[in-house]
Amino acid sequence: MTNTIADIEDADVILITGSNTTENHPVISSGVKRAVTLKGTKLIVVDPRRIRITRYADKWLRQNLGTDVAWINGLMHVIIKEGLHAKQFIESRTEGFDDLQKMVEKFTPDVVEQITGIPTQEIIDAARLYAKAERGCILYCMGITQHTTGTDNVKSLANLAMLCGNMGLAGGGVNPLRGQNNVQGACDMGGLPDVYSGYQKVIDAEARKRMAEAWGVAELPDQPGMKATQMMPAAHDGTFKALYIIGENPVVSDPDVNHAEKCMDNLDFMVVQDIFLTETAQRADVVLPTACYAEKDGTFSNTERRVQRVRKAVDAPGEAWDDWKILCEIATRMGHPMAYDSSQQIMEEISKVTPSYAGISYERIEHEGLHWPCPTAEHPGTPILHGEQFTRGKGLFHAIDYIEPAEMTDAEYPLYLTTGRLLYQYHTGTMSMRTGGLNQIAPEAFVEISPQDARKFEVEEGTLVNIDSRRGTIQARIKISRKAVTGTVFIPFHFATAAANRLTNAALDPISGIPEYKVCAVKVSKAA
Amino acid sequence: MPSENSVLINGNEFPFEAGETILEVARRNSIDIPTLCWLKGTTPTGACRMCVVEVKGARSLVSACSAPVAPNMEVQTETPKIIEARRMVLQLLLSSGNHNCAVSGSTADNWTEFQLNVIKAEEDTKLCPVWGDCRLQDLAFRYQVTGEQFEPTETTYPMETANPFILRDFSRCIQCGRCVQACNEVQVNQAIHFGYRGAASKIIAAGDRPYINSDCVFCGECVQACPVGALVEKDSRYEARPWETRKVRTTCSYCGVGCQLNLHVKENRVVKVSGVEAVAPNYGSLCVKGRFGFDFIHSPDRLKTPLIKENGAFREASWDEALELVARKLGDIKSEHGADTIGFLTSARITNEENYIAQKFARAVVQTNNVDHCARL
Repeated sequence: MTNTIADIEDADVILITGSNTTENHPVISSGVKRAVTLKGTKLIVVDPRRIRITRYADKWLRQNLGTDVAWINGLMHVIIKEGLHAKQFIESRTEGFDDLQKMVEKFTPDVVEQITGIPTQEIIDAARLYAKAERGCILYCMGITQHTTGTDNVKSLANLAMLCGNMGLAGGGVNPLRGQNNVQGACDMGGLPDVYSGYQKVIDAEARKRMAEAWGVAELPDQPGMKATQMMPAAHDGTFKALYIIGENPVVSDPDVNHAEKCMDNLDFMVVQDIFLTETAQRADVVLPTACYAEKDGTFSNTERRVQRVRKAVDAPGEAWDDWKILCEIATRMGHPMAYDSSQQIMEEISKVTPSYAGISYERIEHEGLHWPCPTAEHPGTPILHGEQFTRGKGLFHAIDYIEPAEMTDAEYPLYLTTGRLLYQYHTGTMSMRTGGLNQIAPEAFVEISPQDARKFEVEEGTLVNIDSRRGTIQARIKISRKAVTGTVFIPFHFATAAANRLTNAALDPISGIPEYKVCAVKVSKAA
Repeated sequence: MPSENSVLINGNEFPFEAGETILEVARRNSIDIPTLCWLKGTTPTGACRMCVVEVKGARSLVSACSAPVAPNMEVQTETPKIIEARRMVLQLLLSSGNHNCAVSGSTADNWTEFQLNVIKAEEDTKLCPVWGDCRLQDLAFRYQVTGEQFEPTETTYPMETANPFILRDFSRCIQCGRCVQACNEVQVNQAIHFGYRGAASKIIAAGDRPYINSDCVFCGECVQACPVGALVEKDSRYEARPWETRKVRTTCSYCGVGCQLNLHVKENRVVKVSGVEAVAPNYGSLCVKGRFGFDFIHSPDRLKTPLIKENGAFREASWDEALELVARKLGDIKSEHGADTIGFLTSARITNEENYIAQKFARAVVQTNNVDHCARL
């Protein structure tokens, strides 16, 4: 997030898109709901499903799946045409406005209605509402990113925020809500193929030299490595031999699971380090037991870049170890001795080699976490990014055209499928499915379908159906719901027994490598 | 006389800002005014009358939680008149419903005997589940009152046990309304409100339906706000007494909000979770998973030893054997096929320190940049 969670309540207008906030970030959704019900903040929700947060919205725009660039360009078209853009901010803080203006010229409300299905007047009203806000806050999540045009979608939201001068101020910003407890930290710590901790690039010779020295090695590889979504196909081709997986369950969470399973089975060697024998661990050659969050010390970095303490409360079961200790032991056995007394000692090393974490220590975050960048021991942390200037200096507008989703419906597969999560389960259920009460409320997968589609495809509440895509088939029961838009069904992806990801398309965004989980074509028929 | 922008509380002068209540100024200056219904961050209702204070010139006692401070105001917070009023409030609350924290069965002069009785009764599950962690009990003790002053009133509403997480015991409800405030003004789930009138008054979900059939999403904000034993976690009820547990503050391991929570630990087991009050980012709030979804920690299915697959089946192995095997295989594959045929999926679930070590291991030890995690998935 460019801003903080608390900041959201300072906005005059909040725009939520591609985030089922009440189910996936319930505590953040409470802040939004407080702002709306108690402080008079206006809420715009742009989402294909009638999710619960729409109850609180002043405007709910329902776009066709995968048409986000089009409606965002449409909003910008109206804002520029009506002269509502932040001219001074654009002049002093940004570049590339002319290209953007040229691009959005053709996205008239009429054209946008054709593409997105959002009525022209709603586009105009939403554009005016957002543009006239003194402090406009954008919240988004996987509904924006999990598309073949995910990067385009995110850049478009950044365009919109910059166009209205909503960057670098409290209550503004472009705020992705991170889905997993430490997905921010995993990125910050260099759990990515092209960067070390603190986003220092592996292709930067200076950075490489610094890290090699700190780590006591002669040299480090100088080319970016493979993304997870590239490793699988390489395994399939046989050019990729070994995979070491820590605390992930790609057999349920990867797109086109059938294919992913084949890829894994083609590996020479697979190690899984986890707290349970997950579907993925069952395919491993070696499984190593680890401590869970309640059994170890450390830090997580949350969605607002706040580094917070994790503290050991109970002992790990049996012989389970901390993840870091396992890796250090293997490193030592491979001839590269690695040893630490504690996670605190590791944090001391992190702060030495990571400029954005340089000022972070366990002492400083004992009571309350700090937001990175925090470059020195005296620095108070950075709750709001891009205050005086953008990371690259001037904010760059990207002129982005609309591209259709990778897979469209046709006569054989007439329905769109979009996937997502439920309040009562979490990711692949490894943790949440151990709590009886959660399973009682959310026991199994279902196909959420509109009443009109239910009639059209002759299915009733509770009917067991086959859902087929070009990649696979699963079975689940019908749930008729007014949340669903006609022409699109929704399936939660948590459940391995009816894994929605047997259906999803592994088509990737060309830049981020994210799969298009939010759009694919399916058919629904009564199970025999 | 105090000056323009200050107030006299118990004879001491304190500055204040426009709009502040007597309670806010007092709390800021460490003057204790007891409250029951007041819930930080929400509109004060002044319902319980526990926080009454004397204001010079006012005809009756004033609720400190809802009365704004005015210039030149003179306030007393603990006079005999106030104490008598608070005792009366407590006596009425204790006589309505089932407050068998033993306080209601004792008198002010045999307090020692009362405590001995409680120790005997400790094993008794009939003893209120929040005994020792109850605001009403604390205040009864502080003001030395019992519930015997008035005829006890019967509770007519049965306990609600129909959902897996929250037990609603109407017999212990004092109708302070903190749960209603928590649900409507903190979490804004708008699931519960005051229902019926007079003696039949009850906190209800829409249509007086059980939580499980209502708009309730089981965030448990109401449980955390309840000052008595009317709303308690169903699973940890009677599982552990407050004095048997220690609280360990940590960060939630579900979504990316990073809620600060307390793990309540008894004998090396997490028995309950609560939100850490007054600290960002969640200020005490949690969701259903964060508050109730902790069973996985002590699941019997947790992995306890390293496993090695042989002929398609796993067998248990020692750490030494497993680590040796992994080190050897990775080494062999690296020398035979090259470092870039090996990849690492680190994790959005483990700590920063562990992620850092994972990428260091891949890059420095194995010499590959094939490191990623499921950020996109």
